[in-house]
Formats: sequence, structure tokens, C-alpha cells
Amino acid sequence: MTPAACLSDRKSPDAVLSLRPSHHPRHLPRVMAGKGGTRRGFASLCCALALTLFLVFGGAKARADTAADPYAGLASQSFDSIVSAVQAVALSGDARAHQVLDALGNNALYTWRYDRPDHALFIHDPQTGKWLNARTGDPVHAPPFMQVRRIVANDMVKNALQTATGVLDLSSPDPALRKAAASAIFANPAAATLPGVRHALSIEKNPAARAALLQAEAADILSTPSASSDERLAAIHAVAARDDMPARNLLSSLQGEHGPVATAAAAAIAHIDFTLRLWSWLETVYYGLSLGSVLLLAAAGLAITFGVMGVINMAHGEMVMIGAYVTFSVQQVFRAYIPDMFGSSLIVAIPAAFLVAGAIGILIERCMIRFLYGRPLETLLATWGLSLILQQAIRSIFGAENQNVGTPDWMSGYFALGGLTITLNRLAIIVFTIIVLAALMAVMRYTPLGLRMRAVTQNRRMAASMGIRTPWIDAMTFGLGSGIAGIAGVALSQIDNVSPNLGQNYIIDSFMVVVFGGVGNLWGTTLAALVLGIVNKALEPVAGAVLGKIVVLVLIILFIQRRPRGLFPVKGRAVEA
Amino acid sequence: MTRLSFTVTPVIIIVVAAILAILNLGTPATSALHVSDFVVGLAGKYLCYAMLALAVDLVWGFAGILTLGHAAFFALGGYAMGMYLTREIGARGVYANAQLPDFMIFLGWKNLPWYWHGFAHFPFAIVMALIVPGVLAAIFGFFAFRSRVGGVYLSIITQALTYALLLAFFRNDMGFGGNNGMTDFKDILGAPIGRSSTGTALMVISAICTALAYIGARWLTGSRFGKVMVAMRDAESRTRFLGYRPEYYKLVVWTLSAMLAGIGGALYVPQVGIINPSEFAPANSIEAVIWVAVGGRGTLSGAILGAVLVNLGKTILTGALPGAWLYALGGLFILVTIFLPRGIVGSLRRKNARDAILPTSDEPQGIAAIDSVQADLRESGAEMEKPA
Repeated sequence: MTPAACLSDRKSPDAVLSLRPSHHPRHLPRVMAGKGGTRRGFASLCCALALTLFLVFGGAKARADTAADPYAGLASQSFDSIVSAVQAVALSGDARAHQVLDALGNNALYTWRYDRPDHALFIHDPQTGKWLNARTGDPVHAPPFMQVRRIVANDMVKNALQTATGVLDLSSPDPALRKAAASAIFANPAAATLPGVRHALSIEKNPAARAALLQAEAADILSTPSASSDERLAAIHAVAARDDMPARNLLSSLQGEHGPVATAAAAAIAHIDFTLRLWSWLETVYYGLSLGSVLLLAAAGLAITFGVMGVINMAHGEMVMIGAYVTFSVQQVFRAYIPDMFGSSLIVAIPAAFLVAGAIGILIERCMIRFLYGRPLETLLATWGLSLILQQAIRSIFGAENQNVGTPDWMSGYFALGGLTITLNRLAIIVFTIIVLAALMAVMRYTPLGLRMRAVTQNRRMAASMGIRTPWIDAMTFGLGSGIAGIAGVALSQIDNVSPNLGQNYIIDSFMVVVFGGVGNLWGTTLAALVLGIVNKALEPVAGAVLGKIVVLVLIILFIQRRPRGLFPVKGRAVEA
Repeated sequence: MTRLSFTVTPVIIIVVAAILAILNLGTPATSALHVSDFVVGLAGKYLCYAMLALAVDLVWGFAGILTLGHAAFFALGGYAMGMYLTREIGARGVYANAQLPDFMIFLGWKNLPWYWHGFAHFPFAIVMALIVPGVLAAIFGFFAFRSRVGGVYLSIITQALTYALLLAFFRNDMGFGGNNGMTDFKDILGAPIGRSSTGTALMVISAICTALAYIGARWLTGSRFGKVMVAMRDAESRTRFLGYRPEYYKLVVWTLSAMLAGIGGALYVPQVGIINPSEFAPANSIEAVIWVAVGGRGTLSGAILGAVLVNLGKTILTGALPGAWLYALGGLFILVTIFLPRGIVGSLRRKNARDAILPTSDEPQGIAAIDSVQADLRESGAEMEKPA
């Protein structure tokens, strides 16, 4: 109701009229108001049995009335009657119920100024000026203005309306709507909705809607002060089965209770707390896995060049960055020529990034790194210089600003899994990381290239004596590591800004992963990446993102001092690496 | 030659600084010989970098510890000085509050944090510029060297150290000005910053400190201690088997080097007028390493020469071709490590020396190197010039 409507209501003679003390017989609403009045009648000795009988029969008569015409009470001048009628209409399941109640809420429902036997109700549309018969929905001629009055809803009626609309949706033909209505009642339970919920429950067939209704019933029972303790215990069990925050809130509202109900509620709350904590742990683990898989993607290539070849490639981050820019370029081509196929641009970008980054890697190995074997610290400096050149080159070509890399539709969105919200792009990266890692391990284990790589790692001179071209293997290994970095760039382009500084943000973390996991061990790298990801995410809520990261760095520094060769050191007889 | 170069480098530094100072203060601005304040400021900056380069060279060139985090000690020294300069602003700040620096008022701090007390006094700040980097380095080094973390592992965790400090100093809660750091300094010991005589004085002080640092480093590396350090660099296990404790030698030189870097930072801040967390960036530390590589790893004069040359090149190139500097710096890294592994001074010296053993790689150089070191140890003190 708008303020202007309020104002006009106050001025309207109808409103004044309706606020007048009612002379209408009031036996009907008293009975409908509930058992409370009846019980008080029993308790009081001066109340005769006759009165009780009268009340009971009166109630029966009223029920018969409402069954015949639930709308009749709306025409009453008593608010109690109107409230009862609203409840009756809501329970009736009548197709017109929604519109009539809406009209009441919008101050558009009219009846005769002086009640007539037909208890006629009209809906007036102020915009079109048309009048409808509320019961049938048929247009009627405008009744004489002086003979009708607007039915006014006070706060009590409005509350009843709110509950009633909720109950009304329970009889919607759409099961999803019925389920949503039941959930809404659960979220905001009231004793008044209990009959509606029970009625709906008696006819509900859809299992999902039925489950939601059972929850709503339990919540309503818990909100009914008069419900028996057995009923309430059963209700607590039903609510506790939800194991979520709304259930906990509902149960914690029972704190004031005594006896077995309070005990059951407390036990249920403890159980829910445990479950919620479990979900939040799971969520932390999921976020950690997501971060860990990103770290793993970025570090996997490094684990090969550093772990297998002993080469510190500070330009590794730039290989990741190049992979992201390849993705951007591929998407630009898709946007320009085949925009319909944009969804598959990432699929094309993966091999493209692998080939481009891999080729650049082989070039680097042939032109630079092979002159520096056996001098890891010099390699570190030279590749750092290279990283500066690559960054500046990308900046000259593409500019320093962030590039717009799109996310295909099939990677956007999310779904709920129990208490977890899982975003598709993060999930895609986790799956992608597993695939890449499996492919990498397969290459190392089952291909001739992998065999030779391992041979060269274990004993370079012996491998050379057996006819393996070690320089060629070196170049291929470096190319493979760089190619994996390029693939990581494709994935990172989906969750990070694609700018010339992309690689810089990951290089230190990647090194931490490789060093933490132990050099030359892909499993160690995997475990280290996941542990670091999870620890990082677990610390974030406690310490904040930046402080959490600092703590992780300090922990790694301390860890390296305890175990200088990482989690899984390569065992050997060498005194010095 | 040995005796000569012992003294020649500091003398050159002092003489050049004195000439610049005289030409700056003693000639009118219109004179052709006049040296502008800008040039004096640059010279002062380069000298601070030279101290950082000396610090890096001590640990990398002589003890074989490749540090990728020395700029952290430099920045810590700088912050100590920055805190003094900030307190020196007093009531002349934007908020005219003598009790709290501007940024603390801006962030809603009520009281001066405990670790800011004492920084109103210059001697305290100078002592802190030495002690804070020194203590951090000692703690870090104690754990790292005791558990024999070495080679690239140590390099990577030094990088992690400076990265962690970078992140920490970015936080406003740390009470060091957060992202913006500290700037807008007014004066140092009563002398207004920005006046030409103050700038010149700071440059001359930097020159004297650099010269003293050079002489100190020279003495250290030439001593028996220095010989063990070099032996440790070339064959750590063998040195250990001979009965030395490499971790202690490393710890001492590492801590001294951090303190030297702290002095450099403390002198750097009043000359550039600002200190902020970007000084902790890992890239800065790696750049300091390339100065040493260019000049000549394991040669002290090379470290100074490298710092000055590379930064001179940076100043000229960023002025002339702004986009080209990173290409040049990157190319420098690659070309120097591949074609000039001994650096400029190292290459020149090798031509002259009969049997100099300069570091060429991180690999132990085998029995010959160690025998030579042992011979050196026996005739302790002769052949001071030979750094390896």
C-alpha cells in the first residue's frame, strides 16, 4: 500500500465505518480463533457445560459455513472474521483464491456497505475502473457507489494474508512452486500455517515437494506452543535431518524449552554444528584443491626443467604468460572469423599454446641454456634476463593493459553439491590439471622420449654411451616443460588477468611448490601443490589473504631448513648436489 | 699491483666524489664546469647501490651464496632511516601533529606504535639500520646454514624472504605507511633535504662509506677468514672435512653483508626522498646480482664498477629510449653469464694474473682449486689480491 493510499484510506468514510465497533454476531470468529478459548472455558469453574457445548456446536456450524463458502467471512465487519476467512480461503484450494487475497492486500476488494445474504464481494481495478465478481471472476456492472465499502486490512489481517499466500502456493499445480512455498514456510514458520501444510501434505504426491512439506510441518509444529512434547520431539528429528543453517536457527529458538525437548534440540544443534563445520572444512579443502591445481599446473613444467634437468628457469612464468596470450590470440581469430564456434576456442588454444611455448622453449635451450649446463646459478640469472626480454616483447606487441580473454558458456555457472557451491571454471581447471598430470606421467613412463629422459637424468654419460643423443633429449625435455607451462597459461587465462606480468605472479609460488615437494619427483610436486593450496586457503579466514601468504612463505622457509631437499628427496650417494 | 689496487679503488671513489662536490658547490650555475644537483644526486645513488653490490659480492663472490634477497636488507636499512626522517618532519606535516606521522593519523592510529619509539633520534636510527638487517640475517642464516641449505635452494628461499617482506610492508597494519611508504621528508639533522649543500654532503658521506666498506671487505677477504670462505665456496665438503665449520663462516659473512646493505639503504633514502615497499621487490635483488656479475664476481672493485656502470646505463637508456631498458637489462643478464662469466674486472685481471683462480662456475673445481687454497692458507697473508 502506498503512503498516498494510506492517507486516502484514513480520509475515506468507509474506513471510519469499518473501524466502528461491530454489532455483527461474533460467535463465529471466537471459535475459529482456536482451542485456547475453549480450554479457558473448561478451566473456569463458572463456565457451564452448556456453554462449552454451544461453543463446540458453534464451531461445527462455522466449519460447515466455511466449507460451503470460504469467502463469506471476508464480507464481515469484524477483523477476527476476516482473518478466519483469509485462512479458510487459503485452505480451500479454490482457483480464484489467489486473486481475491491479492485484491484484499491491495485494497481493491469491496463488499456491500450493509451486509446482504449473498455476502457479495467485488474486485475493483482502479486503473481500468472495471468491477469483477470476486467469486467467479466475471465482470459485473459497477455497483452503486453509496452501497459498497472497501474491505480494509489491518496489521492482523495483513499478517494472515502473508501466511495465507504462502499456504496458497502449496496448492499450485507446479511442483517446483509447491516445493518453494513449503521451503518458504519452513524459513518463516507459524502455527497458523500448520493446517494448510497438513492439508497439502495429505494430497501431495511429488516426492521432492513432499519432503519439503514434511520439513515445513515440523517447523510449524515447533512454532506451535500447544503441540505435545512427542510431536515436538518428532519435529526436532525431522528438522535436524536437514543439517543446515536455517534448521540450526529454528532449533536454537527452542533454547527456552525444558525437559526432553530442550535436550533433543541441543543434541540436534550440536550435530548440525558438526555437520556445518564439516561442510566448511570441505569447502576449504575444495578451494584449496582449486588453488593447488592452479599451482600444480604452473609448477608441473618447472618440476620437469628443474627436477629432471636441474635447470632453474626463471623465464618459466613467461612461458605461462605466453600460453595465456596464445589463448587470447586464438580467441581473437575465433571472434573475427567463426564467432559461432567460440565455445571450442579453448580446445584449440590448448595444443596451440603447447606448441608455441614448447617451440620457444626448445629455441631457448638451443640458443642459451646449453651453454650453461652445470652452472645452475648462472642459468638462473640468464633466464631471469630472458624473462625481462619476453615480458617487454609482449608489452611491445600487445600493450601493457589486461587483455580480454573470454570464458566459454560451458565453463560459466555453478552448481550446488550438498553444502558446497562448485563453480564450473574452477572444476574444469581441477579436471584439466588431472588430465595434464596423467598425460605428463604417461609420457615420462611409457614413451621412448620419457625413457630417454629418465636415462639422461640418472646417468648422462652412460646414456650417451648407449647411443642416446643427450643434447636432443635436453632440448626436448626443455620443450616439454615449456609446453606444459603454455598449457597452464590457457587455464590461468580463465581465472586471472592476462597481462605481461601474469607469469611474475606465479613464479615464486611455483618455485615454492617444486622446492617443497622435492626436486625430480612429480608426485612430490603434486602433493606439495595441493598441501600449499589447502594451507593457504585454510589460513585465509584466520589471518587474511596477505598475512596467510606470508605465513605460508615463512613456513616453507622453516620447512626447507628442516628438510633441505624437500618432502621427497632424491636419494643418492652424492655429497653435494 | 696488489698493494696498488688495495688503495686505488677507494682513492678513486673519494677523489671523484670530491671533484663532483667542488664543481657543484664551488662553481656558478652558468659555468661550463658546473655539475648540477641532479648529477650529484645520481652519483650519491650509485654509491649506495655500490655498497649493496659490495654486500652481494661478499656473499656470492667469496662465500658462494647466491642471494636473491639482499635488497630486503637494503630496504630495511632504508626504512630505519625513513622512520627517523618521518619523525623529523614533526609538526610540519599535513595534519601538523608532532606526535604522529601523517599516514598514521590518516589511518586512524591513536598512539605511536612501540617500535617507532626512539626513531626521533638520529644515532638510534643509524644503529637500527645496522642491527635490524643484521639480526634478521643472523636468524635466517643460522637456520639456513646450520641445516646446510645451499645452492639454488638457498637462492629461492632468500627470494621468498624478500617476497614475504614485500607483502608484509604493503599492509597498512604494519605501521610503516603501507603501499605509499614514507616520503615528503623535510630535513636531516637540521639540514633541509633538497638543498644542494645537503645533497652534496650526503653524496660525499656515501663515497666515504663506500670507500670504508671496500677497505673493510678487502681486509676481510684477504684475511685467513677470507681464505676459508673461498675454500668453502669452491669445495664445501672438503673444507668441512679439513676441520672447518662452513656454517659459522657463512653466518658471519652473511650477517656482515646484510649490515653493509642496511647502511647503503640508510644513505639511499635521504638522497631519493622516498622509501616504499617496492624496494623489497625480488627484481631489485636480482638486479643487484647482475651488477656484481657485470663488474666481476669475486672482485670487490668489480662490484662497485658494475653497480655504477649498469645504473649509468639505466639512467641514460631510460632517458633516451624508455622501452629499450628492459631489453638491454635482459640482454645484459644473458650475454654476461654466457660470454663474460668473470665480469669486466675478472676478465681483465685474468689476462694479467699468472695463476689466478677466479670463480667460473658453481661447480667445485676439483682438487687443483683446493690444493691452491690450502697453499694459500699455509702462506697466510701473502697474495692478498687473489680473491680465490
